Amino acid sequence: MGMRTRGWVLALVVALGVRILPAQRAAEEHQVTVAAAADLLTALKEIAAAYQKRTGVEVKLSLGSSGALTQQMENGAPFDVFFSADTDYPTRLIKGGYADGSTLYRYAIGRVVLWVPQDSPLDPAKDEIKILMDPSVKKISIANPTQAPYGRAAVAVLQHYSMYEKVSGRLVMGENIAQAAQFVESGNAQAGFVAFAHVLAPEMKGKGKYWLVPADAYPPLDQSAVVLSHAVHAEDARRFLDYMKTMEAVAILTRYGFEPRAGK
Amino acid sequence: MAIDWQAFWLTLRLAAVVSAILLLIGVPIAYWLAFSCRRGKFLIEALVALPIVLPPTVLGFYVLVALGPHSPLGRVWESLTGHTLAFTFMGLVIGSILYSLPFAVQPFAASFRAVDRRLVSASAVLGASPWRTFRRIIIPASRPGLVAGFALSFAHTLGEFGVVLMVGGNIPGVTRTVSIDIFDQVQSSNYTSANQTALLLLVLCFGLLAVVYSLNPRVRFVGASE
Repeated sequence: MGMRTRGWVLALVVALGVRILPAQRAAEEHQVTVAAAADLLTALKEIAAAYQKRTGVEVKLSLGSSGALTQQMENGAPFDVFFSADTDYPTRLIKGGYADGSTLYRYAIGRVVLWVPQDSPLDPAKDEIKILMDPSVKKISIANPTQAPYGRAAVAVLQHYSMYEKVSGRLVMGENIAQAAQFVESGNAQAGFVAFAHVLAPEMKGKGKYWLVPADAYPPLDQSAVVLSHAVHAEDARRFLDYMKTMEAVAILTRYGFEPRAGK
Repeated sequence: MAIDWQAFWLTLRLAAVVSAILLLIGVPIAYWLAFSCRRGKFLIEALVALPIVLPPTVLGFYVLVALGPHSPLGRVWESLTGHTLAFTFMGLVIGSILYSLPFAVQPFAASFRAVDRRLVSASAVLGASPWRTFRRIIIPASRPGLVAGFALSFAHTLGEFGVVLMVGGNIPGVTRTVSIDIFDQVQSSNYTSANQTALLLLVLCFGLLAVVYSLNPRVRFVGASE
C-alpha cells in the first residue's frame, strides 16, 4: 500500500469515525426507539408525530411482526419500547429478562377485518365470511400465524366458522399483517384478513371493502407494550408509554378502530 | 421439529427447472455476447449483469405490482393462465430465471470467448456452417464453463430469498422454499430447526461450488469478462 492509498484509507476511517460519534452521544438526547407490530403502522406514526410536536422528543418506529421483533430483541436489538399485537410476546420478553415487567401496559384491543379490493364483485359487509366460498376468491391472504398474532386471529376466525379446512389450500401468508394487506391491495390476493386499523387508515380510503369480524369469533387481540430492560432511553420510553394513556393518544387509537383499555 | 423436507424438495425442483431453462436461453445469449461485434453490446451486457447488483426487492416489487392483476401485462398473463404470477411455482420460476441469469450467462460467455479462435476460423475455412462449428468445436471446448454456469445458476436459485419472500406467499409445497423456511424458523425462535436446515444448505452449496471449482479452476465467474 503506497503513502497515497494509506492517506485515503485514513481519511475514510476518520470520516466514518466522525459519523459514529453522534450515535454514542444519543443516550443523552431525548428520543425513543420503538419496535411496533405492523398493525400500528399508521396509528402509531400519527401518535409519534403528535408526541413529538408536544414534547420535542423524537420517536423512531421500526415495524414488523410481533414474533419477529421479539426474536430480534432477544438477540439484542437496540429498541427502547415494544408495542406488540398481543400480550404473549411482551410476557415472554419479561420472563426472559429482556423487558421490565412493571411497565407492561395493555394499550388497546385490536380487531380483525375481512378485506377485499374496491373493484371486487364481492360484498363482505353483506355476505360476511361466505364470500370466501366464491369461486373468484383464489387466494386469501393472512399474516403468518407462527409469528404474527393477527395471523393467529385469522386462523381462529376461519376455525370459528368451520371454514379452515375448506380454504386452507387457498391461504397465502404475509410475513406480517402489513404484507398480508399489501397482497390484497396489489390485487394478487382476492381477499384477506387484515387489521381494522389498516382499512381505517386515510391512505386506504376507497381502496377496499370490509367486514368487521365479530369480536367473539377469535380470542381478543390484547395488545400490550413494555419497556425493554436494556433500553438506552428508558426514561423517555416510560414517558412515551404514559402518553399512550392520555386522551390525545387514546383518541387517535380509537379513530383507527382500536378499543383502548385504561389501566393494567 | 426437524428439516422441512417438502420445502427442501421444492427448492431442488425450482433450482433444477430454473437452471435447465437458463441453459437453454443462456447459451444463445452468451454466444451473442461472446461473438457479436454490435456497438450497443455493452448495454445488453449491463442488462444481463443487472440482477447481481439489483436488490431482489426491486424484482419482487415488479412481479407483484407491474405484473400484478392491476397492470395490463398482468391482466394478459391472468387471462392466459387463469391466475396471477404471485403465489405460484411459475412465478418463482420466472423470478428466479431473471435473478440467476448472470450466473449462467457470464460463465457461458467467458468459456465461449476462451475457445481458440484459430479452431473456429479453421472450421469455417473447411466449410463448416456456424451451427456445425458451434456444435462440434465451441460446445465441446467450453464444457467446463457450461457445467459451471449450470451449477452456479442452480446454487444461486437454492439461495434465493428476497423475491420469494415478496411474491411467494409462503404456501407449503408450492412457494415455501428452504430459505423461507429458515427465515420463518428464525423469526419464530425455532433455532434448532433453523440450525439443521441451515447446515444442510451450507453443506449442499459448499459441495456444489467445490465441484464447480474442481472442474476448472481457471474459469472465473461473476464479473469475468475477456
